[in-house]
Amino acid sequence: MADDPYKLLGVAKDATAEEIRKAYRKLAKKHHPDLNPGNKAAEETFKLVSAANELLSDPEKRARYDRGEIDGSGAEKPQRQSYRHHAESGAGARYAHGGAEQEFGGENFEDLFSTIFTGRAAGGGRPARGQDEHYALTAEFLDAVNGTTSRLSLPDGRILDVKIPPGTEEGSVLRLRGRGGAGRNGGPAGDALIEISILPHKFFTRDGQDIFLDLPVTISEAVLGGKVTVPTPAGQVAMTIKPHSDTGTKLRLAGRGVPAHGKRPAGALYVTLRVVLGTVDPELEAFLKNWKPAEAQKNPRAEMG
Amino acid sequence: MFTIENILLVFQELQPGELERWIGNQWVRPEGKPGAWRFHDIDMARIRLILDLRDTMDVEEPALPTVLSLLDQLYDMRRRMIRLNEAMEQTLPTEFRAALRAHLGG
Repeated sequence: MADDPYKLLGVAKDATAEEIRKAYRKLAKKHHPDLNPGNKAAEETFKLVSAANELLSDPEKRARYDRGEIDGSGAEKPQRQSYRHHAESGAGARYAHGGAEQEFGGENFEDLFSTIFTGRAAGGGRPARGQDEHYALTAEFLDAVNGTTSRLSLPDGRILDVKIPPGTEEGSVLRLRGRGGAGRNGGPAGDALIEISILPHKFFTRDGQDIFLDLPVTISEAVLGGKVTVPTPAGQVAMTIKPHSDTGTKLRLAGRGVPAHGKRPAGALYVTLRVVLGTVDPELEAFLKNWKPAEAQKNPRAEMG
Repeated sequence: MFTIENILLVFQELQPGELERWIGNQWVRPEGKPGAWRFHDIDMARIRLILDLRDTMDVEEPALPTVLSLLDQLYDMRRRMIRLNEAMEQTLPTEFRAALRAHLGG
């Protein structure tokens, strides 16, 4: 592959000069050593790609290569070291930013290595803000919906009481100002950043402000209707089922979803009925055996073929 | 060591007066004086770099000072890191190195 400049640039043997130029520039942008400091593979690729381009963009050389008079490296000039090679050696100091080379402790280093290179004791020096610290906290479904205060024990022995606002969503990051790393030399403390994960619930699911629930009902409740008790995030409520309801019948309880918080209004609770037979009453079974309804029951599987 | 004539021979793409302008901007820093510039290998590589940036990577002339400044700062930092690494290799006892690696998550 190293010997076929067309393959190196990814162009066809009959590529136009424009196509070759475009292909070369795309690869050069990707692999240029100064955009990939420390990456030997990029430098090698760039050398090969440059050599291939040099060959193919010269009509005479390209013609000679196509005729088989020279090989893929026939146009290779003595390799000059890339700028990167010089820049990383001591000689690179010639092009130090801002003119003269600065020793350790110069302005670009002081802020990064202040305690080691300026030899200052921990007590002296200018005030610096403490680090932000990152933690993870797992909350129960309803605690996240309704809001709660959760106690977090940190590895260094500190205890954080984390207030989880109502309606907190999966992946939210709560910021506790000043509860992170201590500041230095009288500087302010950093913040504690706490990422919240939420455990799933046995029967509630959530989408934004709305909560969803599958509610099992008896055959009598579905056919005859009636009052049932329904769990909601805020507690139990009574709900009326209309007669002749069925599995899949959806009811909406406004305001019974995630409570209002901030600018967001309370969501709704969507209840989907599921008829459950349970232990079958022998009378019901006997009745159904002999049951010949006035209108034949419609086949619920008719559309399934 | 190369003269300006050598440079112009190698870099045929250079327009008349262009290299002098770059030297005036401090983008290229040969030794010597106008009319008697002396270019080292690094200066030749630097000219190659500027031409690559402009002609292959589409960095327009007004943006070149910014890009070169960033590259120079980057290389300043890399040179210092390399020196720091050498200093640590020569002075740090082995148990300190292990502790350092562990602290860095290595």
